Amino acid sequence: MTTGPEDKIPARTRLGDRVFSTSTIVAGSIILAVLAAVAIFLVIQAIPAIVAKPGTLPNGAANFWDYVGPLVFGTIWAAALAMIMAVPISIGVALFISHYAPRRIAQVLGYIVDLLAAVPSVVFGLWGVQVLAPAIQPFYVWLNTNLGWIPLFGGETSGTGRTILTVAIVLAVMVLPIMTAVCREIFLQTPRLHEEAALALGATRWEMIKTAVLPFARPGIVSAAMLGLGRALGETMAVAIVLSPALVVSFFLLTSQNPETIAGNIALQFSEASGIGLNALVASGLVLFVITFIVNAVARFVVSRRRAFSGAN
Amino acid sequence: MTAVTSGPIVNSLTTGKLPRGSVWMVLIGSWAIVGLVFMFVQFAGGTKTFNLVGSLFLGTILFDILIWVLSYLVEGVRKAKDRLVTSLIATAFIITLLPLVSLLYTVVANGLGRMIEPSFFTESMRNIVDASGGVVHALIGTLEITAAAAIISIPIGLLTSVYLVEYGRGNLARAITFLVDVMTGIPSIVAGLFAFALFALLTGNPGFRAGISGAVALAVLMIPIVVRSSEEMLKLVPNELREASFALGVPKWLTILKVVIPTSIAGIVTGVMLAVARVIGETAPLLIAAGFTASVNYDLFANPMMTMPVFAYTQYAQQGAHASDFVNRSWATALTLILVVMLLNLIARLIARIFSPKLGR
Repeated sequence: MTTGPEDKIPARTRLGDRVFSTSTIVAGSIILAVLAAVAIFLVIQAIPAIVAKPGTLPNGAANFWDYVGPLVFGTIWAAALAMIMAVPISIGVALFISHYAPRRIAQVLGYIVDLLAAVPSVVFGLWGVQVLAPAIQPFYVWLNTNLGWIPLFGGETSGTGRTILTVAIVLAVMVLPIMTAVCREIFLQTPRLHEEAALALGATRWEMIKTAVLPFARPGIVSAAMLGLGRALGETMAVAIVLSPALVVSFFLLTSQNPETIAGNIALQFSEASGIGLNALVASGLVLFVITFIVNAVARFVVSRRRAFSGAN
Repeated sequence: MTAVTSGPIVNSLTTGKLPRGSVWMVLIGSWAIVGLVFMFVQFAGGTKTFNLVGSLFLGTILFDILIWVLSYLVEGVRKAKDRLVTSLIATAFIITLLPLVSLLYTVVANGLGRMIEPSFFTESMRNIVDASGGVVHALIGTLEITAAAAIISIPIGLLTSVYLVEYGRGNLARAITFLVDVMTGIPSIVAGLFAFALFALLTGNPGFRAGISGAVALAVLMIPIVVRSSEEMLKLVPNELREASFALGVPKWLTILKVVIPTSIAGIVTGVMLAVARVIGETAPLLIAAGFTASVNYDLFANPMMTMPVFAYTQYAQQGAHASDFVNRSWATALTLILVVMLLNLIARLIARIFSPKLGR
């Protein structure tokens, strides 16, 4: 390790070493190949839809971008609504587990949150449509009659409760465990000395968190939010089961005319699609891939910046 | 305030503070107040049943406000803010618990009755028109597809993590690390589309659906998880162990096989189990790549194959004549799925706890 290049003795090359190191390189290269294959196969299947003549695409769309536009809007809108609910709550829960709950309970709570991260998405979807939607529908009626002057709550209230807001709540519940887990890990990494210094100067617990924990954890919170956003953007089954979709671009939260998401649209249309319709679905999947790729790249960038500036290591 | 009312002796340590236990009393009090309001609404005919969730939720909000006002009056503005944030954080925790408890309760309440019927684990859905029928075909499909996905992804993932930790230097290692991160973020439905497109081109059949296609989709989702977790575990192996092995003249590949991997095997197994638990509940890629059927299909390479999550979905989405039969089967499958996933998670954690190397910290 420490010897310089000039006095290096070449090691005997053994067959076992050759075989083993080559096989690890092959395995690593397979990952490169798989990702390239994902991109290539999606593009091959998507091209016919992207260059399709007007009138051949489903939904009477003039061209592909016209077709995918409302879906992109629905995807981002639902995910954004979910994040508005999930981010503050997950920070709160993570703080509760890391700094507020008694140590012994905290560990159990951490396990529970981790276990909930493993509940399959189809179960969340079933719960959303059979329990949450009927339960929350009267509340939607109340919102619509009393706060209908706010544009978001306007329009004709859905009779089933299967609206974009219900979907956003289900998505928020789904991404909460993973975001909480990441935030919790980061809050726990706050340097002990910073916290104790703040408390020693007479800060209350909230002032300690505000001055020591949150500034330290801010990049981590951002990356946790990005991770959750990536999940919410790509989530399929909950949307496909809960939402009653229409081909609209609409900001109304409570109506039965809801914008559809890319993933939900693929799941619902795929078994009946054929020909150019199938290509259009694959192409919309490619668009989703690009969107989540951008989100993940931003998250990576934030995390790598954190590594450079954090005082903990 | 307490000191003044409790007697002539003024305790300087407790003056200007809310008495101990007052927080809990305020919390229970505000729950009771809102509960009473909802009870009046119920008796007045406003709601049919007692709104427990609503009263817990609004009661907690009322508590947040009350505790701030009380603390502001007695303890001053800084302490009041501290108490407000504390109660808001507790509120966030309660808000999180509500849907999760509701979800678990619903699944158990709706699924347990159907799940313990003998037909559920002994029949498939072939020629079933009544309330019987079961998940045998889906169980077989899930086992085969998940096993195939594990067989594809564990060697690739493990060898890649060995490469990254033990051999990888330079551009290739950096590229792999980056792409593994990208793969972690692939939406599951895109993985399903990829497997579908791949096999459509390979077989020349644009409607090709089979178990192997689903297994490839799951493997795409599983590989990055396996790489990440085993990489972390291999990094934990102390360098002294490797150096001791090299000093004894052991070749590098034997050092890795006999020293590094055995030391970290518990963590690696845990990571693999967690990865399996993660993909076993995936619905969307299997719906697209493996399709669905009512019959048992043992052949991974031909014909659609039913799996548990897809079964839960199709039973709900394609309800037949007696809708409740289908919904019951769907909930029972959901419960089975949750139990399987939680079992895998618990086993993984037990392995990690029992066999993990004791690195003094």
